[in-house]
Amino acid sequence: MPRPKRPGEAQDVGAFPPAEAGITVVDWIDERTSLSPGIRWMLFRKVPKGINWAYTLGSATLFAFLAQAVTGVFLAMYYRPDAAGGAYESIRYITDDAFLGQFVRGMHKWGASVMIILIFLHMARVFFYGAYKYPRELTWIIGVVLLILTLVMGFTGYLLPFDQRAYWATIVGVNINGTGPFVGPFLSDFLRAGPEFGATTLSRFYAIHMLLVPGAIGALIGAHLYLVSKLGITAPPWLKAEPEPELLEHSEV
Amino acid sequence: MPGTFEGETVNRRRFMNLVTNGAGGVAAVAITLPVLGFAAGPIFSRVPFEWQTIGMPADFPKSTYQTRVVEIVQGIGEAGKTTAYVRARDPSIDTEPEDQYNQFVALSSRCMHLGCPVRFVAAAERFICPCHGGVYDFRGMVAGGPPVRPLDRFYTRLKDGYVQIGPRYSVNSELRRFSPRDPGEPLDGVGQYLYPARFSTSQIPQS
Repeated sequence: MPRPKRPGEAQDVGAFPPAEAGITVVDWIDERTSLSPGIRWMLFRKVPKGINWAYTLGSATLFAFLAQAVTGVFLAMYYRPDAAGGAYESIRYITDDAFLGQFVRGMHKWGASVMIILIFLHMARVFFYGAYKYPRELTWIIGVVLLILTLVMGFTGYLLPFDQRAYWATIVGVNINGTGPFVGPFLSDFLRAGPEFGATTLSRFYAIHMLLVPGAIGALIGAHLYLVSKLGITAPPWLKAEPEPELLEHSEV
Repeated sequence: MPGTFEGETVNRRRFMNLVTNGAGGVAAVAITLPVLGFAAGPIFSRVPFEWQTIGMPADFPKSTYQTRVVEIVQGIGEAGKTTAYVRARDPSIDTEPEDQYNQFVALSSRCMHLGCPVRFVAAAERFICPCHGGVYDFRGMVAGGPPVRPLDRFYTRLKDGYVQIGPRYSVNSELRRFSPRDPGEPLDGVGQYLYPARFSTSQIPQS
């Protein structure tokens, strides 16, 4: 440890070990934000006995979302939501010409399916382990909203390549929305921005896909994770609770 | 009430709470309402439609359909076009009342199940949808599969010796005219009330 500096004496910067520089930066931030207790509360919490790999499906879904967010941000640097042909051309440019474009677009495209699969596996784990029961009902409800929002991402993202498959799948999807009684026709008009697939339908889907829904998903993931940390996670249902021996002394069994 | 002088109903703390929350609420509403109205605006704005010339009367026989590409949304190229199947009215099979708008029968290619494009198969005299197996007969009436109503039609008229095509309209199984509905919305029985006319579709010419 360096000797504390005396008044009037210059600090010996040369002896400052590089490894401590990182710690110093972290300490500087933590002294001003007090973030570390919160991070410790989030990461170093007690978990029940008997947990297994199925408990990692939620984190896996989170990382699938982060991968979609990162690749989506960079795809947006090349994509043009232009229904008169520019959208298809920009996707063609990304896929065929841009350096690593096919790779980044591939990650986004296949990652979308991976995220949906992981969400359903995560949901099945929570359902079959009974982890949605009291006091975790709100966590489950937020999770269901996240599932719906992810499906909205899938629906709106499907149009963006603007090839024949994207166009007709969106026509069919919007018309399925339209079959809802009373509100359906107006919901369809809202999605298309008019009575027919029009000039602003594509940009509307693009805005929903890359601004509106990702923001909502991010906020709700925060709430979901807060509740997971606050309430703790459940033990697998096949494990019976073992009471403390000193409690058993006074029981009648 | 604590913290108030004799006769006062609102103390300083409560007044400041009301003002701060009220100002925040007004600011939130002042942003949210215009934005929502902006996004929902297209539901309420009527889209105009122009009559488009598609050929001479001699181009359209009674016995089979001619294909015409019609532009229904301007400015977006191929995505704004749709296909119409057009033939001359044949009084021996077209039993719906005759008027100036149906001297030529123009069927929309939009399948009335979920909106895929149907194809006219001349040998079978049927319209067939590739997506989910919808089949329509020569008049566009449902012959099989999931479609909920006959194929939509376009108004047609004769103008200066040319055949012109106008706005789309929907029909029920008796070929009664309705303002254009989206596919998947039945118009028989209670259907016409479950799926009301929209504000955004163009006005029907009076027949």
